[in-house]
Amino acid sequence: MSATRTWRALPTLLRIGVAETVAYRAEFLVWILTTTLPLVMLGLWTSVAQHDDFKGYSSAAFVAYYLANLIVRNLTGSWIAWQLSEEIRTGAMSMRLLRPLHPYVAFAASHLAAVPFRTVVAMPIAVVMLVSSGASALTTEPLQLALILPSLVLAWVITFNVMFMIGSLGFFVTKTMALLNLYFGLFSLLSGYLLPIPLLPGQIRWFAEWMPFRYMLSAPIELMTVKLAAAEAWWILLAQSGWAVATLVLALVVWNRGVKRFEAVGG
Amino acid sequence: MIRATDLKKHFRVHKRPPGFASAMKSLFHRTYETVKAVDGVSFTIERGERVGFLGPNGAGKTTTLKVLSGLLHPTSGVVEVEGHTPYRRETKLLEAITLVMGQKSQLIWDLPPSETYAMNRAVFDVPKAQFDATLKELTDLLDLGPLLDKPTRQLSLGERMKCELAAALLHQPTTLFLDEPTIGLDVAMQVAIRDFVRSYNQRHEATVLLTSHYMDDVVALCPRIIVIDHGVLVHDGDLRALIKTMDPDKRVSFTLTTQVADEDVAKLGTLVAREGQRISLKVAEADIPQVVGHLLGTLKAADLAIEDPPLEDVLRVMFGRHKAPS
Repeated sequence: MSATRTWRALPTLLRIGVAETVAYRAEFLVWILTTTLPLVMLGLWTSVAQHDDFKGYSSAAFVAYYLANLIVRNLTGSWIAWQLSEEIRTGAMSMRLLRPLHPYVAFAASHLAAVPFRTVVAMPIAVVMLVSSGASALTTEPLQLALILPSLVLAWVITFNVMFMIGSLGFFVTKTMALLNLYFGLFSLLSGYLLPIPLLPGQIRWFAEWMPFRYMLSAPIELMTVKLAAAEAWWILLAQSGWAVATLVLALVVWNRGVKRFEAVGG
Repeated sequence: MIRATDLKKHFRVHKRPPGFASAMKSLFHRTYETVKAVDGVSFTIERGERVGFLGPNGAGKTTTLKVLSGLLHPTSGVVEVEGHTPYRRETKLLEAITLVMGQKSQLIWDLPPSETYAMNRAVFDVPKAQFDATLKELTDLLDLGPLLDKPTRQLSLGERMKCELAAALLHQPTTLFLDEPTIGLDVAMQVAIRDFVRSYNQRHEATVLLTSHYMDDVVALCPRIIVIDHGVLVHDGDLRALIKTMDPDKRVSFTLTTQVADEDVAKLGTLVAREGQRISLKVAEADIPQVVGHLLGTLKAADLAIEDPPLEDVLRVMFGRHKAPS
């Protein structure tokens, strides 16, 4: 399908994505509530830093970090891997393959449509808490403020690509749940989801800084909460762009190889 | 036009006997076998033809349809549909074909069918005026009016199937792959769907390849049938010719107006069924004038009908099995 046609189809796809999100509202609320792990970590680390800074992090810094973490995770999280592997396993993917629209685009549109709703539940609370308790640790640098939105967009793209790739592995293995668990373990540790990357021990920290996980979550948080030199801020965005392209290529390679093995079960 | 040349589709399947021990064993050592779902099938279907695709369960019908519609990559052989290689799934091909699977839905489950139609219009880039006209036509023909705005999950099976058909045809495809489109539907709905498919075929000169559990669908719709068994083509040709080759005798059905013993009736032909005074005989074509004359003249039989044997019976003979094929 040509880019022009995809572009023309996008408003309808987004509108239907919104309608689907609204239809699955109970499931959606539960999903949002399950992404509140940063609040648990917030309680833990603010008590550690109650009296003295911990490795340079004050109590306010932890509040800012974990609330920013909650916001970024809510805006950029993706469940495409579950959806994709399930459709491959049951054969429901057949119907998508009969439409002249790449499933990557179809899924991306439906996930994008859900983003505004993801903000409805968690965001107001997080923003109010962030401004009231962690405001002192938030950046006021104009460049960093300007880069937050593109950084969030890129974090969403990288996350979607990685999850699309894992879901596409469903063409090769019957169930991808074990792979997802492995992924989530690595993501939690190396993305800054459980604790800020600077708090990781030496070699793991070095590893985390070079892996894509940092750019899926920690990068926008760093732009929000850490005072960075202009070059560092631009470097984060450049690295995110690089990972966005690399993960897209990887996701499509896995998809293209996998779809040849599709067995279209059922029917 | 559809053309398959020496089409093969083989699957590698993991085999495991039942039980805990074999489950544990399969963790370390797996046994695979190759299933030849389609094994060297060749045929050509011209534009506008309506072809029934028959065979017993597991014969390879659905697999063939999935290869033709581009869902499966063939193991070997050449397949061409409307000038395209299906597994490449080029936009032009996807715009020209549709696949309806009675047991798979393309409708968005929690939204009304009208939303799926809107999505298909966007994805297939159907101009608004054409979309409105086609939807109106489909709504009238399939009586969809009350269904369009009901969530799909609340539709009955028959209602959903009609909506599925409409979703599959909104982009006005010229090649229809219909896999059990009437499965689970009541007789009236089956007839409605059959009439609709015939009418669509005639108005759009669309090619139809149909598999169905119901032989009535095939008899009513398809002048030509292709039969496969164990992945191999066993017949391709005129439906009547197949029936004549496999079972040349006619079925003569009639109602007796007087008491006649089975032995006397059996002298006229092979007794196929008797329910009270209603009798069905198998009679050689050459004997028909004489038998009919006797039935009407001597036995005063009423409601006499002469028909070809049912397709189910012919296929049962063909596959040498005792259960009805699908």
